[in-house]
Amino acid sequence: MAKEMIKGNVAVAEAAVRAGLVSYFGYPITPQTELLEYLSARMPELGRAFVQAESELGAINMVYGAACTGLRTMSSSSSPGVSLMTEGISYIYGTEVPAVLVDVMRGGPGLGNIAPSQADYTQIVHGGGHGEYHLIVLAPSSVQEAIDLTGEAFDLAEKYRTLAVILMDGFLGQMMEPCELPPFKEVNMESPDYAVAPKPGRERRFLTSINIDPPAQEKLNIHQMTKWEEITKNEVRYKGYYLEDAEYVVVGFGTCGRIALTAVREAREQGIKVGLLRPVSLSPYPTEVLNELADRAKGFLVVEMNNGQMLDDVVSIVARRAPVHFYGRMGGMVPYPDEIGRAINDMIEAKAANDYVGRDDWLAQMREMIGQGA
Amino acid sequence: MQYEILIAGFGGQGTLYAGQVLAYGGMDEGKHVTWLPSYGPEMRGGTANCTVVISEDEIGSPTSLHPTAVIAMNLPSLDKYEPMVKSGGWLIVNEDLVNRVPDRKDINIVMVPANTIAREIGNERAANMVLLGALEANLQILPEGAIERSLEANTGEKLKKFVHLNVEALRRGAEYKL
Amino acid sequence: MTDTDVKLVYDRPVGLAPRTTHYCPGCTHGVAHRLIAEVLEEMGELRNTIGVAPVGCAVFAYNYFDFDFVEAAHGRAPAMATGIKRTLPDRLVFTYQGDGDLASMGMGETVAAAARGEQITIFFLNNTNYGMTGGQMAPTTLPGQRTSSSPLGRDVETQGYPIRTAEMLSTLDGASYVVRRSLGDARGIRNAKKAIRTAFEIQKAGLGFSMVEMLSICPTNWGLSTPKSREWLKEHMLPYYPVGDFKVSEEAERIMKEVK
Repeated sequence: MAKEMIKGNVAVAEAAVRAGLVSYFGYPITPQTELLEYLSARMPELGRAFVQAESELGAINMVYGAACTGLRTMSSSSSPGVSLMTEGISYIYGTEVPAVLVDVMRGGPGLGNIAPSQADYTQIVHGGGHGEYHLIVLAPSSVQEAIDLTGEAFDLAEKYRTLAVILMDGFLGQMMEPCELPPFKEVNMESPDYAVAPKPGRERRFLTSINIDPPAQEKLNIHQMTKWEEITKNEVRYKGYYLEDAEYVVVGFGTCGRIALTAVREAREQGIKVGLLRPVSLSPYPTEVLNELADRAKGFLVVEMNNGQMLDDVVSIVARRAPVHFYGRMGGMVPYPDEIGRAINDMIEAKAANDYVGRDDWLAQMREMIGQGA
Repeated sequence: MQYEILIAGFGGQGTLYAGQVLAYGGMDEGKHVTWLPSYGPEMRGGTANCTVVISEDEIGSPTSLHPTAVIAMNLPSLDKYEPMVKSGGWLIVNEDLVNRVPDRKDINIVMVPANTIAREIGNERAANMVLLGALEANLQILPEGAIERSLEANTGEKLKKFVHLNVEALRRGAEYKL
Repeated sequence: MTDTDVKLVYDRPVGLAPRTTHYCPGCTHGVAHRLIAEVLEEMGELRNTIGVAPVGCAVFAYNYFDFDFVEAAHGRAPAMATGIKRTLPDRLVFTYQGDGDLASMGMGETVAAAARGEQITIFFLNNTNYGMTGGQMAPTTLPGQRTSSSPLGRDVETQGYPIRTAEMLSTLDGASYVVRRSLGDARGIRNAKKAIRTAFEIQKAGLGFSMVEMLSICPTNWGLSTPKSREWLKEHMLPYYPVGDFKVSEEAERIMKEVK
């Protein structure tokens, strides 16, 4: 199939359509809006459901309703909108119905700005809503990967009756790259057994997230943890670059991961044995490969567009077997490869102890850079 | 080999489109390509820029602090991006909309009266294509004629009538080969 | 035993599960549940309907209705119903909500669904207080009415005025059928049933959004006996919340006339 140049936001939207999306519910917010705009034409054209909701609260609860029919549904938003959606996210998880959410992150907190950011890693990967839950979180770093993961997100959401999130940022949403769209999947209008989709002769169903009886709730919690164990076993995704002989390892996801690739290549050209681990599934996290690398690497450098949120996960997995350095930009700033390159050199020169964690030094460096003093 | 091209100007000068034309050309030649626009409030009347990366390999960063080449379509873009051009790289300047010559001595500078040429061939809005022609003639990022072929292949029906003008603009710009 | 002519005059409708409800003695939720179940049975739609339960006293409604049901987050039932209806447009979809759920937490979702002309039906039970949490002030609490969070009586200076939901929604073009009925006496209950039937028929015909507000009694939280509660409803609620048809679109009127 011929390649096309498509913007990340639009590519995800069309990939969802081709994955057999039955309904979409959303609310406009930059830098995600093209996704909604595209589907506002595309879905009706195909006779499928599209609603521009009154709010993100409305949108996610429409998704919740549609998910209760077990048919493919999704929403998309950006950071402040996703905060509003956390209510529905918790309910969808609690009810164990399948849905896909695309979060095109932007700078925060508060209204922040519309520039690319990864500041919602913790919110999406480690919770955000109330109660205990684990979402499947996939972080593409190219338009093609965003397309592929969108299709996978629907399959995973259905397979495990859960919510799968495509976590990307404004950079990827706005970027165009040549890519190949998958062929059209037939739209499945046959609701699964557990779903509400009444018809004559079929016994009645109800779906709820209530378990007023604590032992019943605990039993469900254990069931959900068991399911998560299964997901952790089966669904880890990552990409490694130059890791075979790597003495140093850069860890970055999404946009930051691909920017780091340029820095790693440049360092390789200087003879530095550095590799890149780019987690694709942030949840479940590629713990095993990082664990293996921690046994042999001399140092890690975590790069993120936030204040070191994934850093905490890397630190806990590396467990003082090697120093873990950090370089991040915040507030919608995107690092250039040169900055990451410098951070690689700094890591090597520092010869830090194995229990070193780089956040404090990074913050001091940032203060100096923007002229705020300590 | 990897090329990073930054195209900057006022909103409405067609910087994003020029980048897309280049990017489509790269795609049609089987290269790895990224096209990344600046986005946000500045899109509405302020400056607009985009970065195109063309490479033989999987592209890491879609931005660069030191691009291989910069097309500066106006003075603010020249002021902002001249210092960034990679040493030994290229700076293509729209001579009509700047009031100074670039200072850098370690880069190749191409001054093109793009608006004047575009006006001569019938539509001032083709200035972006004139500059793109100058860029491609000097850097030869893609095989000869690749951008023209890509324009033919990727322009939608509604804009087909402008292909001839754009091809002419590319050719006129290409005359500014150092 | 002698042979006697036995005629069954009252039985559980098949749309209700053989289960004891948790509702307080005298509460009119049971009446509303029964009316909805009877109508769906009469229409032959029991296996073609999905209900959306609220948060509030009716949170367990899905245990009592014996057909497909989901349980929404507080106030979001109209959004959830929208998601279901847009996905399965040939099913009947309704929400069942109290005053806290609909008129406070979920007013945004309610107004938006009505404005969109969403093909869903809302049954709104107005008993002027938050029943489930112990009788706090609701958006529907009457001026001067004492509740556990307005112990001196609702002071309109500081606590504002009640919302007349039906009247408000009737201003929206997307709303096809918006009426208020009272469950305070037998005649009102009969009229409420007719309105429920009309609303479902309107949905079935694809004529847009419909809502039946039902004035209800809450003896427990009002601190009154059931007969006294009925009197209180007539004396205090009816003047502020008059029974009536606030919006009946032209097409809806045709259906309304057909419903006996």
